[in-house]
Amino acid sequence: MSSSDPSTLNPQLSTPPAWAGGSGPTVRAVHDEFHGDLLEISMGPQHPSTHGVFRMVATLDGETIVKLKPVFGYLHRNHEKLGENTTYLASMPYTDRLDYLCSMTNNWAYALAVEKLAGLNVPERAEYLRIIMGELTRLVNHMCLVGFLFNDLGTSFTPLLYAFREREKILDLFEALTGSRMMCNYQRFGGCRVDPTPEWLAAANKVVQNFPRFLDEFEAMLTGNEIMLARTQGVGRLSRELAISAGITGPMLRASGVDYDLRKVDGYGFYPRFDFRVPLGEHGDTYDRYMMRILEMRESVKILQQAISEMPLGPIMDPKAKLRGFRPRAGEAYGRIEGPKGEIGFYLISDGMPNPYRYRVRPPSFVNLTVLEDMCLGHTVADAVVILGSIDIVLGEVDR
Amino acid sequence: METLEQIRERLLARFPGATVTLIANTAAADQPSLLLDAAHARAIAEWLRDDAELRLDYCSNVTGVDWPDKEIVETVKTTVADPANPEAPPKVVETKTKRLQPGYLEVVYHLYSMSKKHGPVILRLRTGNRTDQVTVPSLTPVWRAAEFQEREVFDLYGVVFEGHPDLRRILMWDQFKDHPMRKDYVSPDDFEWEPTPHGEVLERAKKHYPPPPAAAMNEGGTA
Repeated sequence: MSSSDPSTLNPQLSTPPAWAGGSGPTVRAVHDEFHGDLLEISMGPQHPSTHGVFRMVATLDGETIVKLKPVFGYLHRNHEKLGENTTYLASMPYTDRLDYLCSMTNNWAYALAVEKLAGLNVPERAEYLRIIMGELTRLVNHMCLVGFLFNDLGTSFTPLLYAFREREKILDLFEALTGSRMMCNYQRFGGCRVDPTPEWLAAANKVVQNFPRFLDEFEAMLTGNEIMLARTQGVGRLSRELAISAGITGPMLRASGVDYDLRKVDGYGFYPRFDFRVPLGEHGDTYDRYMMRILEMRESVKILQQAISEMPLGPIMDPKAKLRGFRPRAGEAYGRIEGPKGEIGFYLISDGMPNPYRYRVRPPSFVNLTVLEDMCLGHTVADAVVILGSIDIVLGEVDR
Repeated sequence: METLEQIRERLLARFPGATVTLIANTAAADQPSLLLDAAHARAIAEWLRDDAELRLDYCSNVTGVDWPDKEIVETVKTTVADPANPEAPPKVVETKTKRLQPGYLEVVYHLYSMSKKHGPVILRLRTGNRTDQVTVPSLTPVWRAAEFQEREVFDLYGVVFEGHPDLRRILMWDQFKDHPMRKDYVSPDDFEWEPTPHGEVLERAKKHYPPPPAAAMNEGGTA
């Protein structure tokens, strides 16, 4: 980009735009000696397609994006500093608020990191419960993603409401068990908080058994949809090499054809006991990223059916684990799990005090945003909306 | 995967001038790390990524840690014989010496391999101090995954990454002055205050307009 002064083009445009502290318009001309006059537009932070307070500063040549910089931090509350100033357990409910669609997996990742730090074991029944909760969360997250992706494609809420209807059934299960629909605060270091009753398990089983029928219906409406195919196939391609180098994880990485699923690679929890496959994409475009979510939901249903039917009896907490006065010995640990959005990791340094010396969240959607510009270049603004939707960001986690 | 000790030996053989220190980890999860010197960090990172056995192609997590200056009190016990009474048992005298361990900022990289499916290998880089020698080489040219995360460390800790393509604040706003994740950060009394055009406009308005009517009425004294 040339650094030539835009005021030489039009003196009125020399005022910086409103978002930069000036009074100028949000759309301004940028002069570039190779491309002539370009337009810089600011999408967001208040824009329905950015899924929260997120801004994209896009430079357009005609309608084509030639540069795009994501701007975020509007929801920044320094979550990591809060974690350093509270006890280990007191950070658990805060992790719910990171990615507020997937509180169960956030809890799980944090609990796993602390268990690695302190050397706690998790009883068998608690591991099964964690897997059930994790996979139900994956269903919730992927349904929301697909619904909102279709919103971005302009279907104005119809698929989203179908997705929310099913999500509601799972949230009811969460509420019955943990007392909260979204901020579940369910996992503890060395186990889980409450043990479900047999009635709860029967209800969960019913939801899981009915889920494939909903998916079939959902897919019949959406997957072969002509507008969907035209708008997503070949849009926002992400190459395999770039995906690996940029640290992309989760369904977005597998849509580019990289076989890397932490449930298989790390084999944490009891995932190696379950029979499931890892779907892989081929083209790395928006359509593949959509299909990854649909296929992963089907695999999650398989895991859930096995977990609910094979659930053992027993305690749900490690007897060694202390809730009060918990002080792991000095050292550090990094624990990570395969969250619905990608690798969610927690890095903890303990100095032997009741609060961590360093508490770091490795948020998947923050890192996945790295390649937003690469995927959007050469596409139109309308495509950028769809590409952003297919990355699956939650700003509570990006901004922390 | 090889142990970190073996990796270190291969690194030292490949880069004879480099200083690579193994940092032990006392936590239950045995995750030791390698401390690299700034001069060789980029070359070593590239080697770790391209080496046929390691292939650490995935940089998962990049983060900063602040270690402020620490006052270390050392107690030395010396036995002194009493000169007046040589028969008595010697006295034990404790002398305390205070030593200031200079602080530094640390950047931690967690590396994994997507092709070989192993890991983690943890790298650490340290700055000279916390005030004026805060530059470390950026590893973004090696792993693109570090791009936003290094910007975050720059923003919240104030580590300057040399060779980063786009080093700007990422979570805090551009006009923000301090680095809020440092241990000695003191938050301002009024978070919301920032110079806005509104305040300047008010100042100008006061010069232009006559005093408000309430003051004028008091001067007349008729009310």
